Amino acid sequence: MKARSTRQAAPLSFRWRASLLLGLLGACAAALTWRAVDLQLVDHGFLARQGDARFTRVLQIAAHRGTITDRYGEPLAVSTPVDSVWVNPSELALATEQIPRLATALKLDRQELARRITSNLDREFVYLARQRQPAQAEEIKALGIAGVYTSREYRRYYPAGEVTGHLLGFTNVDDAGQEGLELAFDHWLAGEDGAKRVIQDRYGRIVQNVESIRPAREGRDLVLAIDLRVQYLAYRELKAAIRDQRARAGSVVVLDVGTGEVLAMVNQPAYNPNDRDQIEASTYRNRAATDIFEPGSSIKPFFVAAGLSSGKYDSHSVIDTSPGYVKVGTKTFEDEHNLGAIDIATVLAKSSNVGMAHIALTLPPQEIWTTLTKLGFGQVTTSGYPGESAGLLPAYSQWRPIGIVTMSHGYGLSVTPLQLAHAYATIGAFGVARPVSFLRVENAPPGEHELSPAVCRELVGMLESVVAAEGTGKLAAIPGYRVSGKTGTAWKATAGGYSTDRYMAVFGGVAPASEPRLAAVVVIDEPSAGEHRGGQVAAPVYSRIVGGALRLLAVAPDQPVNTPEELPAGPALGNVRTAAALP
Amino acid sequence: MSRRLLVLAVPLLWLAALGSAAGAIWCKHRARELFVQLESLNARRDNLEIEWGQLQLEQSAWSSHAFVERVASTKLHMAMPPPKEIEIVSP
Repeated sequence: MKARSTRQAAPLSFRWRASLLLGLLGACAAALTWRAVDLQLVDHGFLARQGDARFTRVLQIAAHRGTITDRYGEPLAVSTPVDSVWVNPSELALATEQIPRLATALKLDRQELARRITSNLDREFVYLARQRQPAQAEEIKALGIAGVYTSREYRRYYPAGEVTGHLLGFTNVDDAGQEGLELAFDHWLAGEDGAKRVIQDRYGRIVQNVESIRPAREGRDLVLAIDLRVQYLAYRELKAAIRDQRARAGSVVVLDVGTGEVLAMVNQPAYNPNDRDQIEASTYRNRAATDIFEPGSSIKPFFVAAGLSSGKYDSHSVIDTSPGYVKVGTKTFEDEHNLGAIDIATVLAKSSNVGMAHIALTLPPQEIWTTLTKLGFGQVTTSGYPGESAGLLPAYSQWRPIGIVTMSHGYGLSVTPLQLAHAYATIGAFGVARPVSFLRVENAPPGEHELSPAVCRELVGMLESVVAAEGTGKLAAIPGYRVSGKTGTAWKATAGGYSTDRYMAVFGGVAPASEPRLAAVVVIDEPSAGEHRGGQVAAPVYSRIVGGALRLLAVAPDQPVNTPEELPAGPALGNVRTAAALP
Repeated sequence: MSRRLLVLAVPLLWLAALGSAAGAIWCKHRARELFVQLESLNARRDNLEIEWGQLQLEQSAWSSHAFVERVASTKLHMAMPPPKEIEIVSP
């Protein structure tokens, strides 16, 4: 009975417990449902982001920097792919026993590598080696060490090395232009890195491309005005001259008279842009564009141009240079010999200081200044070369007679080799100043008519006498071509006045004189092997470079070759193909 | 009538669902295949690019003026003819 009553009471109490259990289960289910709704709908964005963060990655796509070529498409600067090896130190720290193997593969010091890993444990990215050959990076990847990765980059190679070193400049390790034309045209050459989103597995392998965030924009190619053959010829001849003359430095600029293009620009001392470890910063400078110097007598033709433009002088004018010196203010300017009464061509041919002083003193300063300014002195050229110097041309209001005479001898004003070459090119183009261009020009720019063609023709004719047998620049003669030019020998300005044993030797000119095609300037800084005159040191270099360049450019000779005297024939010249074609 | 339709429709829908599932699997598989192909082609392009760069550099090394000049003067004994031996042929 008792048992029965308990049996009867039990359903009641079980029902209560059952409903409690059901209620609890229901509450759990409701909680789970609510949580599910919360996760799926309310927190969805947050969770999706967290999920993505664990396996999607944004990868950089390295863009290719444009190639620089010469005017005929010869590569001068090429970006080739290389691989950089980087490490996630916190991952590699779990496998320290691998460090010696890695150090051997990377050719790094074991201790140094271990130190770099342990001191950067809080970082996720440390470069171990930058810009290795892809094959080498592949070997390192093949070691299969956890936490070691490679990334694709581009490295700049300069096939012509030293020959184009100054002109092109170089890029830094991130492939951005640092100097020279690489810097000037960086915005054009540089590509824009792209980015893509990918899904990676835990070994860093790409499983799926999710989306392209932005495609990589490849850099554009740049075609320079440089003719690599002429550039190489200029480089070789200048280097030989600097060595033979034991000179401190030197520059050569060759311009195309018809277009204003820079066909060659070289300097010494040079450096190899492919191997930047062993070079000093002082050799980076492209002296031909950045360094100014007092041009000495090589400025005289431009004062003569002012004289001819004024109408006071022409090719028949006779100037009496007796007694071989002239006193201006407190200073006496003299010639080496008393040249007597001579015409202007002889003033230039003998580089008569007295004759120049007479011409300069009879002209109004403003007229001289205007002519020099029209020829580009005292202003940067339009080349856009980074760091190009404007030279120095004082305002004419400050000119005193003694200063005018000094300037007509090429002191008290400064020029760059590029400026001087451009002024000669303007004379050679018979008064048309065309903008200097480092890029290839498709159609010759019309230029500005700065000087009268008649004056320039007269001047080019006069300058031929400089290179004639009795002129100061006779070593600049080129067999088969008529050359117009001017020598210059300038004392270098030093602290406390002009040095009398340190010189700048200069030769500038145009060729062929009948219809100039090339304008070139050779500057040699401190020749110290005995000779120091522009006519002895710079003129032979001019002859070899311009002579070779005229032949390379297939310019027809404008005079018979059979010159009686023995000319300074150089060794085998640049274009071997031409040499091979001859019997 | 409606009962018979149901009997017919359910298996059909089942089949359709299975077919669609198989299609989805096939598409995914194909996408992966193509992705693998894309990656290998990308890798091939990169390798060709590397080779092209190296060949370009090699070519410019062999054709560098200094090298050509050295070969011409030492191996082939070429020299610039002296001015007297040059004859200009005018047209």
